[in-house]
Amino acid sequence: MSKISLIIKREYLSRVKKKSFLIMTILGPVLFAGIFVVPIWLSTQKPDKQTFEVIDESHLLINLIPEKEGIIHFDYPPITLKEAQTGFYDTKYDAILWIPPQLMEQPAIKIFYKDKIGLTTTEYISSTISSMLYNIMMVQNHVDVNLIKDAQQKSQFTLITEKYKENGKSEKTNVGVNFAIGLVASILIYFFIFFYGVQVMRGVMEEKSNRIVEVILSSVKPFQLMMGKIIGIALVGLTQFLLWIILTSSITTVLSATVLKGVDMKQIQHKEEIIRKGENLNYKDMKKIEQNQLFEGLDALKSINFTQILLCFLFYFLGAYLLYAALFAAVGSAVDNEADTQQFMMPITIPLILAMFVSTFVMSNPDSSIGFWFSIIPFTSPIVMMARLPNGGVPLWELLLSMSLLVVTFILMTWLAGRIYRTGILMYGKKVTWRELGKWLFYKA
Amino acid sequence: MNILSANNIVKRYASHTALNDVTVEIPKQSIFGLLGPNGAGKTSLIRIINQITGPDSGELFFEGERLTQKHVEQIGYLPEERGLYKKMAVGEQALYLAQLKGMSKQEAKRKLKEWFEKFEIDAWWNKKVEELSKGMQQKVQFIVTVLHEPKLLILDEPFSGFDPINANLIKNEILDLKKKGSTVLFSTHNMGSVEELCDNIALINKSKKVLDGSVREIRKQYKTNIFELEFSGNMMGFTNAMWTGAELLDHTTDGEHNKAKVKLLGKTTGNDLLQAIIPVAQIQSFKEMVPSMNDIFIKVVGEENADGTQSNFTE
Repeated sequence: MSKISLIIKREYLSRVKKKSFLIMTILGPVLFAGIFVVPIWLSTQKPDKQTFEVIDESHLLINLIPEKEGIIHFDYPPITLKEAQTGFYDTKYDAILWIPPQLMEQPAIKIFYKDKIGLTTTEYISSTISSMLYNIMMVQNHVDVNLIKDAQQKSQFTLITEKYKENGKSEKTNVGVNFAIGLVASILIYFFIFFYGVQVMRGVMEEKSNRIVEVILSSVKPFQLMMGKIIGIALVGLTQFLLWIILTSSITTVLSATVLKGVDMKQIQHKEEIIRKGENLNYKDMKKIEQNQLFEGLDALKSINFTQILLCFLFYFLGAYLLYAALFAAVGSAVDNEADTQQFMMPITIPLILAMFVSTFVMSNPDSSIGFWFSIIPFTSPIVMMARLPNGGVPLWELLLSMSLLVVTFILMTWLAGRIYRTGILMYGKKVTWRELGKWLFYKA
Repeated sequence: MNILSANNIVKRYASHTALNDVTVEIPKQSIFGLLGPNGAGKTSLIRIINQITGPDSGELFFEGERLTQKHVEQIGYLPEERGLYKKMAVGEQALYLAQLKGMSKQEAKRKLKEWFEKFEIDAWWNKKVEELSKGMQQKVQFIVTVLHEPKLLILDEPFSGFDPINANLIKNEILDLKKKGSTVLFSTHNMGSVEELCDNIALINKSKKVLDGSVREIRKQYKTNIFELEFSGNMMGFTNAMWTGAELLDHTTDGEHNKAKVKLLGKTTGNDLLQAIIPVAQIQSFKEMVPSMNDIFIKVVGEENADGTQSNFTE
C-alpha cells in the first residue's frame, strides 16, 4: 500500500470510528427530515375548537358571523355583558365576544377569554367582522355588494412560470423551488467547507502539538501528509453526506407513507382541479392552496435537471473543499494553539460569508453581473454558482470557465499551502506573522 | 566504509545560518555522538539527514549512494520532541508507523508482538496512548523507531524522559543493535553517556563543526599532562625530587598521607616522574587526569564563544 493511501486510511478510519461521527450521521437526517415533514404535518393539524359567546349590543351581527368550520363556533344568547360575565367560568364558553351598541361610530370590540387565545383566532375574528362592517357600509350607501364580490372573485388568477427553451419547447418551472434548491446547495457547500476545513486544521494542529509530526515526516514528505489528511477528511465528508441522503430519503419516505398518509394526494388533486377549471376561488380554497404550496414544492422537484445539478454540486462541493482545506491546513501548521488561528481565519471566512450573501442576492436576481463575477471568482464560485444553477440559464462557457478556474486555483493554493505547511509544522513557540508566512513561501525545502 | 557522509552542508533561514559548511562522516556499525549546545544546529543536521528538510548546499551519501527518499526505510528516527496520537490505540498506531516505514502489515504485527513482550507492554496493545504513562509512551516510540531494523538509527536525546531503569534498558538495546550491525547517530547533552557509548563524535557550535574524531583520540588530544598522586612520605622530599621535570599544582597533606596534583613539563613522561619519586615516597596511587568529554565540551565551546565575543568587539 502506498504511503499516501496509508495516511488517507488512517485519517478516514480514525474519524469514521468516532462516536461523534455516528451521532452526527443519525442526527443530521432526523433534522433534515424534520425540516421537510414537520411543516407539512403542522399544516394538517387542526387547533382545538373554541366556542364564543357573542353579546352583540349593536344588534348588527347577531347570527351572522361566519363560523370557522370545526374551529370557531359562535353562540348568541340573549343576555347582557354583565350577565354573561357573572358565572362565565362555569359556562362551556371559551370566550365572550362583546360588540358595543354604537359599533359604527365607536368601532371597539372586546374579547374576554379564559385560558388562551391564539393569533389566528383574533385575526380571523377581526378580519371577518371588518369585512362584514364593510359590506354593511356598502349597503347603507346603496352600493351593490354582489357586484364588488363578483369583481373580486373574477380578478383572481394563477401565475404560471414556464421556461422557454431554444428548441421551442417550454417547461413549467417553480421559481420558489429553484430558490430552495439553490439555497440548500449553497448552504451545504458553505457548511461542509467550514465543518471539514476546520477538521483539517485541527488535525494538523493535533499532529503538531502532540509532536508526532516529526516522526511521520521521517517516513513521508510533508506534502503527502497534508494531502493524505485533506483527502481522508474529504472521504469522511462524502461518506457522511451519502449516509445523510440515504437516511433522510428513507425517513421522509417512511414518514410520508405513515404520518401524512391520505392527506396529500386528495388535496393536491382538488387544487389542480380548481386551477384547471378556472373556477372562482373562495376563501376556503385559497386556504387550501396555501396549505398545498408545500406539496406542490415537493411535486415540482421533478421538473428540475437533477443530473446536471447533482454533478455540478459534487464538483463544486469537492473543489471548494479542496481549495479551502489546503488553506485551513496551512493555518493549522502555522500556529501552536487554537487561539492563534483567529488572525489567519479572517481572510478565509470573509470570502465564504460574502459568497453566502451574494448567493441569496443572486437567487432573486439571477442575471445580475454581480452573480456572474462571483460565480467565476474561484473563492466564491462554488457557493454562488450553485445558487444560479437551479434557475437555469447559465451558459456552458461560464460554467466551464468557473470550473477550470476553480481547478487551477485549487492547484495553486495547495502548492502555496504546502510550502507554508512544511515549514510551519516544524516551527514551535513562535508567534507567526503574515510577513513570516510570506518568507516561508520562499524557503528551500 | 561510512554509512553516511554529509559533505559541506549549508542551511540558511531568513535571519540566521543554521549549518555552515558542516561535514560529518559516520562509520558503519559504530555509535556516533552529535554534540553541541542548544541551538547549535544539531536538530537542523538531523532533519536534513532524515530528509525532512533539504540543505541549501552540500551533498549527502548513504552507503556511498546519493541520499534519496528510498533510503528513509533504512533510517529510524526518534526525535527529541516526540509524541504519538493520543486518541489512537497503541498497537494500531505502532502498526501504522511501521507501515509508513515500508513494512508489511503482517511482518510489522509479528515483530511488534515480539518487542511488546520484550518490553513487557503487550497488555497495552489496545489501550489508547493517552492512558499510558510518559515512560510507557517512550518505550512505544523507541520500539517504533527500531522495528524496521534500520541500518542507521538516529536518536535525538534518547534518554530524556526515561527513569534510570528504562534508560538502562534502552542503553543496552542500543549496544545490542550496534552488535547486530546497526549504526547509531545520537545527539545528547549527557556527556556521561557519550563516554560510555560513543565511538566517534562531532561537536557543533554556532552552526559550525568545531571538533570531531574518535572519543579516545579526542580525549588524548585534550590531555593536559596532569597526574594525581597519593603517597606517604615527606612532602618536601617529594617536591625536591620532581622539581626539574614537573610542576606541583596543588597538594593536601593529612599527617603522613599526601595527595598531589602535578603537571609534567617539557618531554617528561609519567615514568620519569615515578622514577624520580620512588626513592623518596611510598606511592599509593598514580593516575593520569584524562579530561572528561564534559570538560572538553565546556573548554571547546567556552573558548569558541569567548573568541566570538572578542571578534565582535574588534569588528
